[in-house]
This record gives sequence, structure tokens and C-alpha cells, in this order.
Amino acid sequence: MVGITSYGAYVPMLRLPLAAIGGGKGGGGPEKAVANWDEDGVTMAVAAAVDCLRGIDRASVDAVLFASTSYPFKEKQGAAIVAKALDLRRDVRTADLGDSLRAGTNALRAGADAIRAGSARRVLVVAGETRMAAPRTPLEASLGDGAAAFLLGADDVAVRFEAAHQVADEIIDVWRTEGDPFVHAWEDRFVVDHGYRANVREVVQRLFAATGLRPEAFARVVLFGPDARSHALVARELGFDATRVQDALFGKVGNAGAALVPLLLAAALEQAKAGERILVVSYGDGAEALVLETTPRVERLEGRRGVSWHLARRAELPSYDMYLRFRQLLATEHDRRAGAGLSATKHFRDRDSDVSLLGQRCRRCAQAQFPRQRVCFTCYARDEFEAVRLSDKIGTVKSFTFDNFAGSPNPPLVAGIVDVEGARLYVQMTDVSPREVKLGMPVEMTFRKIHEAGGTPNYFWKSTPVR
Amino acid sequence: MTHDAIRDKVAIVGMGCCKFGENWDKDPQDMIVEAAYEAYEDAGIEEPQRQIEAVFCGAQYPSKGTAEVADALKLYDRPVSMVVNYCATGTDAFRYGVFAVACGMYDTVLVVGFDKPKDRGVSGPSVAVTGVRGLPATPAGWFSLCAAQYFETYGAGREDLARIAVKNHHNGTLAPKSMLKREITVEDVLKARIISWPFGLYDCAAQSDGAAAAILTRRELARRFRDDPVLVRAIAIALSPSPQEDPSFDFLRWRATEMAAKQVYAQAGIADPRKEIDVAQVHDCFTLTELLAYEDLGFCEKGSAKEHIASGTFALGGELPVNTDGGLKTFGHPTGATGVRMIYENYKQLQGKAERRQVKNAAVALSHNIGGAPQACGICVVAMP
Repeated sequence: MVGITSYGAYVPMLRLPLAAIGGGKGGGGPEKAVANWDEDGVTMAVAAAVDCLRGIDRASVDAVLFASTSYPFKEKQGAAIVAKALDLRRDVRTADLGDSLRAGTNALRAGADAIRAGSARRVLVVAGETRMAAPRTPLEASLGDGAAAFLLGADDVAVRFEAAHQVADEIIDVWRTEGDPFVHAWEDRFVVDHGYRANVREVVQRLFAATGLRPEAFARVVLFGPDARSHALVARELGFDATRVQDALFGKVGNAGAALVPLLLAAALEQAKAGERILVVSYGDGAEALVLETTPRVERLEGRRGVSWHLARRAELPSYDMYLRFRQLLATEHDRRAGAGLSATKHFRDRDSDVSLLGQRCRRCAQAQFPRQRVCFTCYARDEFEAVRLSDKIGTVKSFTFDNFAGSPNPPLVAGIVDVEGARLYVQMTDVSPREVKLGMPVEMTFRKIHEAGGTPNYFWKSTPVR
Repeated sequence: MTHDAIRDKVAIVGMGCCKFGENWDKDPQDMIVEAAYEAYEDAGIEEPQRQIEAVFCGAQYPSKGTAEVADALKLYDRPVSMVVNYCATGTDAFRYGVFAVACGMYDTVLVVGFDKPKDRGVSGPSVAVTGVRGLPATPAGWFSLCAAQYFETYGAGREDLARIAVKNHHNGTLAPKSMLKREITVEDVLKARIISWPFGLYDCAAQSDGAAAAILTRRELARRFRDDPVLVRAIAIALSPSPQEDPSFDFLRWRATEMAAKQVYAQAGIADPRKEIDVAQVHDCFTLTELLAYEDLGFCEKGSAKEHIASGTFALGGELPVNTDGGLKTFGHPTGATGVRMIYENYKQLQGKAERRQVKNAAVALSHNIGGAPQACGICVVAMP
């Protein structure tokens, strides 16, 4: 039996009211989830993976597959960054899947295939997206940011992979070329009728024909959709009862690209009961349909934040201009990408501290400390340390300040000292309002872009209030 | 360690200080020459190229290093060394001068502290982003990290800090060479824009250009230069663990100050600093830095600074006047020059030449520098023979 053994999700805290794009106010209308200025597909994938791996031994993960069409590097692997941030094993297999809205389900199927083939026992599949369309276009209003993660395995399966079908299609519907920050789309009626609708209907009908299953066989349908109207239309045309179609989060998250179907599947699993059949349909350069079936374990996957927790945790962006500033779509005095940037050799030496957030504990006096030291702060023992992972621990705020002088697209920059396991971390605080910050408040660690000097995303950990 | 190895063995016989400020029209050379030649004149040195045997310089942002000073003053064919020790640089350069004379190697040496930060086009130190940790790296952000814990523990607040800024602005109006000469009110301080909480604009020192210089000689030779030499009673530097990494740090003090104070009081034989010191210049890069210095230097009990600020203990005319020339806050803060500038003010105070800001009967004076994030502290005690 091969399938999903755990899941996790991440939706950024910030929401942009769609009305704000035209200069209006939010006030409870439709909105989209937008990554904070320090987030991207990788950071959100790490957050979703942390949610997915709660209570699971990270050393048991054999492979990471990372799916994204919007990942910032063209050459340099996202899955390797995710694996290092999660402090996974050194011999973990990593691969990126991109370039298509279907990358999320591509990764799920590739992971399942690897387990079936016996080349991996546990595969972490993560998808994260921050796609951009040109400012003030209808496409921009439809896109949203988010991530989801699944741990696949052969034991303790909560959701079995039963069957899958696919069609490949060559069509110019949505695309983005090298060097262009924006996704583009052809006229929507063409895209919907000849792209989305045609491919989805075809793949589902092929799957029905091959398996003998009918619409009534599915307790839940997780269906990609470019917009609410065509999503509902295709579901109806295929004969699915609207009550069984998973809410595609239009007006709440928006179209999260290759992460949308994974995100919706995670949401479906939060509600799923044992013995339910789920149809998962993704679209992009063709379509894929997956038949999944839940086991009793699906009801025992507790403690995951999933999608619902993240939907409830929201903060409205005060203006569209701020969104543009976050995405560096407004000219500013200081370019965040300016400067020589990271020293690669310094990064090379600091990876365990900076990417994995490994502190160290003195074997002689037990004092935890950060970053890497050769001589103990407390008992002066030399090289008597063992690594201690700080990224998954709760810390407390020991000191703080609100810095208007340090450059930030959303000043003041909140920074301070966090005590984690007795080690002191000087870190920024994110997804926080200065009003919330108190001495002794509990915080968790979150992997973020610390700056983009040199034109690359440069990651480190920040703290954020435990909510 | 021998506590009395240098006590009262070295005399300051001349000092100089250029006007601090945004000296757009002055090179480091201009400021170094102004400070050094004032010191020469003060000491009665007419042939510096013959009489100065060694030069100790301090600068945090030197563009040329030791040559900046040697070229400006045409002091070649002798040792010229440079010290970099954060904002304690000036005190540390002075310390090397003291040791060079105390050990008997040289009779007469020149100390020059200078910096020209305003050529960099930005306020604050430049941040070369080569890593991802330790950011934001702003001095206001670093020095504010004691605020939340201190305020909560001792019930102090921004108003207490504001009174320090008001005092130093007042004192600055009385110092001819200070950068800012404007009285301010507590309300001005509280209303100003926040730089890094709890520091508003007026809680922050004025970064500036400047240079200051001192001529040191052996005590026995001092009277050849002048009748009122000032003796170096004690000088110490201490480095503390990084406040941001030290697992035991309580954010109620700057440990570097406590460490250096312990050394310097042992050297000087000072048991009750508030009674035994007559005037002090302390590092007020931010108002809270000065507040913590009152306590960390033992001028008052930990947690009691607020009461002493309110009662005027550290004001001109108070029991122990602090930052009589306006401090970093208004005199200006050219990093490498600051420690030497503080000794310049104490030297003038002890000689009775501090004009409208003169502290009566001052015989023992202390100066205190703290720098880094912060980790380095230098303290110097000077006294009349």
C-alpha cells in the first residue's frame, strides 16, 4: 500500500482585499492570500513541511520533491534548500518539479512511484507558489500564494493511491518565459473552453472508463480551477454534486498555481473520514486525475494546522501600494537587491547555523548556545558540543526593539533576542505588529528571506508569535 | 596584573580638539592638523618633528590607516600605530600612548583620534551584507536591546531617557566646539520620530566628523612643558561577551562597562565612585547608554538611575556632573576621536579652563567609551597631581 501518511499546509498571514487593487477598501469582500515580503515558494514550502512533519522523525525522510513554477532560482535546487532548512539527512534524495501548474500532482505521483519502485520509503512532497501577474490585471486578482506538504510512504498510510490517469496537451493558455516576472494568459474564454475544461473533462472521462468508477463513487472531489465560475461549471458537467466538491478558496486564497491542488487536498483531508474515495484533478499542459482512498488513520492525523488554521489567521494589508512594494514592483530609493550580497564561502561555513538553525549544547555543562562556537560560553570547554535543532522549538522573547532605521518594506523592523532552549538568538520577528510584542511571549521559528542583496534570496530564520 | 604599574606616571601636557560637526569642507588632514597643532601649542611644542617620538592613532573608519596621520603631520621616521576598537577606539589609542611612555621607551608621544564618517553618505556605520545573521545591524537597534527589560524591571521609561537628552543638549550649548547648540525640552524628545524604540531622534547621538589629540610625557618631564599637567591615574579596556549571544545575559546593564570599571577602580584605588570622582564624560551614543553607565560605573545603585536623573545628580551643578560638554549627543561622535575628546574635556575641567561649564574644584575625572554591539569598553581616570 502506498499513499499519504501525513500532510501539512501553509497560507501566508497577509490578505490583499481585491477591492484594494482598484484603490478601494477590504471590508469583508473577496481577498487573496499574499506572501509577506520575506516569503517565497521555498520559505512557504518549508513552513508547510514543518506542519506536515510534526511528531515525525525527520531522519526517516528519504526524499524531497519540491514543486513550484515561481521558485526564485533558475539554476540551484529548491528541494536541497528545503531539505537543509528541515535538517533532513545528508543522503536525502532531492528533486524539483516545475514549469507547469501540474507540478504539484506530478510530484505526488513521482513520489508514490518511487515508493512503489522501492527506491525510497518515505518521500516528502512540497509545493509552494508566489506567482505574479502584471499589476492591476484580472489575472493578478485571481492569483494567490500558498503551500502544502505531504509525507508519502508505504506504512501507516492514511490515504491510499488507487489509480491515476493523465493527458498531455500543447496549448498556449498560461505561460511565463525566462526573465519575465509575470505570468501571462490568453483570452479567458479560450483558456477555459479549450484548455481547462477540455483537458479536465477528458482525463476524468478516461479515468471513469478505465476504472468503472462513477461520480457518485467519490465522497470528495479536489478540482483545480482558474476561477469560481469555470470550476463550478466543470464540476457540474462531470456530474459531481456541488456539496462534494472541495471549496477551491476563490476569494480567500486565490489560485495558488502548482500548490493549489495540494492545498485543496490538504483541506479535504482535514475533514475526511475513513473509507472515503477522493478524486484529485489537476490541470496544466494537460491534466491529471488521481483516485485516493482514506484509511482509518486519516482520522488520527491530529495536531496539524492544515488549511483551516491558516485561513483563520489573517491580517489585511493596509494598501495595494504595500503589496507592490513587497513584490518590488514600485521604484524605491534603495533597491533591496543592491550590493555584493552573500559571501558564498561564509554561507558555506555557516549553513548548519543559518539554514538548519542548529545550535549546540555543551556536553560538559549542558549550556545551549548559538551560533557555532569552538569554546563554551559558560564552562570554556573546547569542542565539546553536540548539535541541537532550534528551528522546531518554542522560544521566548528576552528583548526587542522596533527599528525604523534598518531598511524594511514595512517598517518598523521588529528585532530582538529570543531564548530558545537556553541559547540566545538575535533574530527579526515577522508576521507581527509591534503592539503584540511583549517580554516573555512565546515565539516559534520561521524560515524567511532575510535579504536579497546580490539579487538572490538569502534565507535565515525569524521568530513569529505562537498563535 | 599590577594595579599601580602606570598610576600617575604619565602626564598629559597638551591637548587639542577640532570643532566637531558635519565638516563637509574639511579632510581628515584638516581636522588632524587642527587638533594636533592645538595640542602642540598647548604643550609649548615648537618642533613636533623633533620632539614627538611616537604616534598612536585611533580611527574606526580610516581610509588610509596610519599614513592618514603621519602624512598630515609629516611625522615620519618613528613609530606610528593605529588602533581599532569600536567606539572605545579613542580611549584605546590613548592607552597605548600611556603604556609607551610609562614603560620608559619614549619621553613624549602624540595620540590622535579621528574619524570622517560623513564622507560615506549615510548615517550610522556601513553594513556590508555578507551574511544573513546579526541583522539588522544598526547601533540604535543594538543599544536599545536593554530597554524593554530595564523598563519593566525598574519602572523607568522614555521620559527618564528624555531628561538625559535635555541635559546634554543644555551642556552642549556651553561648549564652543560642540556640533549642536540648541536647548530642547522633554516634550521635543518624546515627540520626535522613533529611530529604534525606545530611541527617538533626540535619544541618538549626532554622528559627526572630528579629531582630537593629546601629548603625553613622563610625569618627571611634565613641568618642562607646563605648570598644570594632568596625570593619568588609571586606564582600562575590557571586552564582554556579545550581548546577543551570551546565554546568561540579563539585558539590564552592559557588562563591558562593569568589567572595565572594576579594573580601572582597582588601578585608581577608587572605592566610592560618586564621592571620589568630580566630573565624568560617559558614552551617550544613546540616552539609555548613559543611563546604564551611571549604574554600571557604580555612580548609583542598579535600578536607581531614574531618581538621580530626576534629582539632577548628574547635571551641571549636581553631585557628579556627567557629559559637561554635551557628550556624544551634542558635541558629536566621530568614533575614533570621541575617547580623546572626552579626555580633552576632563583635562580642561581639571585645569579650570572649562569656562561656563566649569565644575568647581574638580580634581579627579573619568571618561567612559563603549562600543561594538556593544562589547568593548574603555575607561580612563585622570587627576590633578
